[in-house]
Amino acid sequence: MTWLAWRQLRFPVMSVYAVLAPAVLVLAISRPVGGDFGDLGFAYLAGTLAVQLLPAVLGVFWGVPMITRELETGTHNLVWNQSVTRTRWLAVKLGIGAPAAMVAAGVLSLVVGWWADPIDTAADLDAERGFQARVTPLVFAARGIAPIGYAAFAFVLGVAIAILLRRTVPAMAVTLVVYVAVQLAVPYGVRPHVLPPVEESVTLTARSIEGIQADEGVSGDVPVSVRVAEPAGAWVLANETVDANGVVTHPLPAAVGDCLPPASADPPTLADLDRIRACFARLDGLGYRQHLAYQPVTRFWPLQWAELALFLVLSALLTWCCFRRLRHLS
Amino acid sequence: MSVLRARGLGKKYKRRWALTGCTLDVPAGRVTGLVGPNGAGKSTLLGLAAGMLAPSSGTIEVCGGVPGSGPAQLAKVGFVAQNTPVYPNLTVEEHLRLGARLNPGWDDELARGRVARLGLDPALAAGKLSGGQRAQLALTLGIAKRPELLLLDEPVASLDPLARREFLGDLMAAVAEHGLSVVMSSHLVADLERVCDHLVVLVDSRVRIAGDVDELLATHRRLTGPRRDLDTLPADQRVVAASHTERQTTALVRTEAPILDPAWDVGEPGLEDLILAYLTASGVERPALGVVR
Repeated sequence: MTWLAWRQLRFPVMSVYAVLAPAVLVLAISRPVGGDFGDLGFAYLAGTLAVQLLPAVLGVFWGVPMITRELETGTHNLVWNQSVTRTRWLAVKLGIGAPAAMVAAGVLSLVVGWWADPIDTAADLDAERGFQARVTPLVFAARGIAPIGYAAFAFVLGVAIAILLRRTVPAMAVTLVVYVAVQLAVPYGVRPHVLPPVEESVTLTARSIEGIQADEGVSGDVPVSVRVAEPAGAWVLANETVDANGVVTHPLPAAVGDCLPPASADPPTLADLDRIRACFARLDGLGYRQHLAYQPVTRFWPLQWAELALFLVLSALLTWCCFRRLRHLS
Repeated sequence: MSVLRARGLGKKYKRRWALTGCTLDVPAGRVTGLVGPNGAGKSTLLGLAAGMLAPSSGTIEVCGGVPGSGPAQLAKVGFVAQNTPVYPNLTVEEHLRLGARLNPGWDDELARGRVARLGLDPALAAGKLSGGQRAQLALTLGIAKRPELLLLDEPVASLDPLARREFLGDLMAAVAEHGLSVVMSSHLVADLERVCDHLVVLVDSRVRIAGDVDELLATHRRLTGPRRDLDTLPADQRVVAASHTERQTTALVRTEAPILDPAWDVGEPGLEDLILAYLTASGVERPALGVVR
């Protein structure tokens, strides 16, 4: 069975590895060394994107056709009537395809991560470089070991949906949609809660406030929300003003309605600055605080391991569903 | 001894029953023909016997085991599905290798001998074979795994008359040589007449009649005579089908005893007449039967 499964998977597997090999080689010889990364923006983005897309490609082009091609040409009737159970048939296919997918995604992620390490390190230390920190969602999904879990999950997802829908094109489309939905749901719905975020309550002073978002008012701009300075390299989940009872206040109360001078090209005068300072002191006096919640840079590896574990568990669950459903396939 | 034993077997797809209340014993060492119009449940019965489908009701036992229950059971039963599927990208040689690797009882000599005799190019991709060659390749895989029972679902449907004759001749030779039992479905009655010694007629998801061909022929008589009411026939003569003209009545009856009534002109029906009678009698207006000579 191994021979047959490999004979059927070898073309897609070899195609992907044939594209990966030169890409890895190019990254290996072009690794940046400190200093200015300005002209590397494209390579950085392409690498990050490639790691994020690869699992979806593997699910859609390896996982789905591996099953639907048999069902569509009726060859499952041939292979299931050799002296091999269909359970074994699926087990061997998954046993070859899933590791191949995990290795492909793992190698690409580790090489891209190694290539981008100087950039990521700089981004972790200083948010002003124009690159996002490692622990923020867009970069997180393209670094470390999480992509190995994504690849396993995408591949098994493709197989499961192929078993359910039986036809190549619809199964490919649904696999892609479900995978993207999961990739959106996890960073916003699951990952922030995997490890309890660091929570801070920051006193609002003209010094701690880093930015003010304001609407235009009658007698000058009316502040709507303020942001306080965030720790470098962190994935900030909340930077919001709360009242004395801890309830999020948005927009800011009327007490700060006249804080800002009218917008003009002139630099603010000393009187203006005094007004701003007094205004935020008033806000502080009313019990308002800034609530800051974030995953610090040190959480990168714990979160990566948690993510890998989560996706491997999801893959295992899907695999179980596949085997259950397989009995009713004909 | 039966090679296939079904008791109250039924299979339901969503809302429709494709097979109901099927109680059947198929004797070992025979070539059994499974006849019926399209949608009568032939493929379903074969699928159940191969373990491709799970029954919705009743039980089925094939070669003494539950179909599809494990590698040992799968080794005992060969199944060539409708349209004789093969892997289009794999060569003939690779199909033989597939058979050798997936079947412990694989008879490589037999398989290679057949492929050579059929003139199939081992290096040719199976997708490039003609319909007949594909069917032969699928049959080769089915025979060379050396099953006790070979199930064939419309194996000759896509073949031209010459290829069909060759295929069936070849099948008969394999049956004679290896002593395997065969159950094959077809709606080409003439083909079945040539190769089958046991018959199962399925109509409307039910078994209409089953028995040895010789016995069926011996117990059915065609009666022709002046027009009369068939209710007046003796109790041991069961009417299968009847037709009346103004002056004449023709009936196919099943009976163990000789026909004594001198008013009847008694004839022996052919297998095809008999099958057609059973198909029409059940309210199927135009049986989807092709008759090929």
